[in-house]
Amino acid sequence: MADSTGGDAHDPSRRDFLYVAAAGLGVVGTAGFVWPLVDQMNPSQDVLALSSIEVDISSIEVGQSITVSWRGKPVFIRHRTEEEIAKAKAVAMTDLPDPESDQARAEKPEWLILVGVCTHLGCVPLGQAGEYNGWFCPCHGSHYDTSGRIRKGPAPTNLPVPAYVFLDDSNIKIG
Amino acid sequence: MSGHSSFQSNNAIINWIEYRLPIFGFINDSLVVYPTPKNLNYWWNMGSLAGVMLVLQIVTGIILAMHYTPHADLAFASTEHIMRDVNYGWMMRYMHANGGSMFFIVVYIHIFRGMYYGSYKAPRELLWWLGIIIFILMMATAFMGYVLPWGQMSFWGATVITNLFSAVPLVGEEIVAWLWGGFAVAQPTLNRFYSLHYLLPFVIFAVVFIHLWALHVHKSNNPLGIDIKGPQDTIPFHPYYTVKDLYGMGIFGIIFAWLLFFAPNLLGEPDNYIPANPLVTPTHIVPEWYFLPFYAILRAVPDKLFGVIAMFASLFILFALPWLDTSKVRSARFRPVYKMLFWAFFINCFVLGYIGGKPAEGIFIIVGRLSTVLYFLFFLVLPFIGWFERPRKLPESISTAVLESSGGGGSSDGAPDGAAAKAEDRG
Repeated sequence: MADSTGGDAHDPSRRDFLYVAAAGLGVVGTAGFVWPLVDQMNPSQDVLALSSIEVDISSIEVGQSITVSWRGKPVFIRHRTEEEIAKAKAVAMTDLPDPESDQARAEKPEWLILVGVCTHLGCVPLGQAGEYNGWFCPCHGSHYDTSGRIRKGPAPTNLPVPAYVFLDDSNIKIG
Repeated sequence: MSGHSSFQSNNAIINWIEYRLPIFGFINDSLVVYPTPKNLNYWWNMGSLAGVMLVLQIVTGIILAMHYTPHADLAFASTEHIMRDVNYGWMMRYMHANGGSMFFIVVYIHIFRGMYYGSYKAPRELLWWLGIIIFILMMATAFMGYVLPWGQMSFWGATVITNLFSAVPLVGEEIVAWLWGGFAVAQPTLNRFYSLHYLLPFVIFAVVFIHLWALHVHKSNNPLGIDIKGPQDTIPFHPYYTVKDLYGMGIFGIIFAWLLFFAPNLLGEPDNYIPANPLVTPTHIVPEWYFLPFYAILRAVPDKLFGVIAMFASLFILFALPWLDTSKVRSARFRPVYKMLFWAFFINCFVLGYIGGKPAEGIFIIVGRLSTVLYFLFFLVLPFIGWFERPRKLPESISTAVLESSGGGGSSDGAPDGAAAKAEDRG
């Protein structure tokens, strides 16, 4: 007994192991304690539950748009004109900072559905404005085309298209 | 904290307390006999003024919190309730809102003063760092406070500023959702901002205390930027600087009162009297005036991530200032090249502020970019100035410089030398 404790005190590998194990467990324990303190700020369950809405689009005439609120954000639903669709399709991919075809962005070409939040710093862009007659963000001057794709200005990506399905010809479900 | 105190009292109760808790000695050493350079000018008033403003903001803030409701449906109405119904509520709110502006004016002068007289140089680097930390905490506090009335500018200011973090690669969107507690600025955001807005001033208070602790180790810098060489260079803080600080406070109070009672909305935005609407962005959103130079730098860069990096860099580069400045001479009075550079930097900050308040179009974009380059250029050329600049001859000591400039030519008989002569008696 006596010589084994004496041996322990002078055995660097065993003592080091104890230090490392104790410190390691301390770090894991602290991290485990801190995580709930951090995670409580993430979206809560009731906020996450409000994830989809249904919209009746039958009353939107050609050339009209409506803005609906989805997850606290504006969503633009635009009934595009033939001219707008043609313009959006005619754009060469090489002209786009964030290349995406119009077909990929609009399931039915006449209906364009976008999250109306500028991808720069989150302002709501103005419709049928800007150099490409799509959307224009007044905050920092980003120009989007008739497909909601970024063409000019500080925004890095296109206006996002939310997940949506056509329930029938006049109703869509967003989210 | 400080060493053995020279404090002595004849009062038995004070001595009883002092023996157990040397608080009177501490106050005496740091506010009464505290040796202060005898040549401080009025630019040295800003520190104590900032302290007074911090206390005023905390007092008015706690009062506002008694009447305000941090809920998205009630915040705007409760702010108007404070303005219209609460006794003196209008005064408390205007004092708090304009007090924030006055606090920033004082702190900006304080920072520019530190830059002009080289107060950031050895051995005051950590003092400077603590000051920048206070400044950053102030900006965070002010930003969150501006969100609380839940007007249009509150809401969209919060949206734009929190969206800055979406520029972070890979996890940007997650960080922003974490800050918001949702998918947009909403009730959870307002509620947590209120909580943090209440907390941060007390954190600032603590850092101010450490700032003063560091200050009192090597004492104040002075307009000559030379070290205190002995007791003949200093005068006691009380009554000389308590009186000078109080006089400055009176002048400051007149300006503050004018703003408060005659133009309380001068620095505000009319759009913030429109309740927050998550579906409509005001056509021209601007942050509060004290953020405008940084906002201009953000917008000057046509790339989202690099714009955000440039904006934060413009702030954090201040931490490097003590090492970027290679000159051993502190005060710009003796540095002809640095002096010009400083004033160019000073004016450029105003240009950035002006641009930050203008829409991002046409000539404003070009000027904004040019100004942003100039802002960083100051920090880039600074190391080289120290190498080639030939500083003017420094005075032997604070004391000799003071006696020369007061026209006494070294004699302490003349009336203008009163303070200096007295101080020498002390030494």
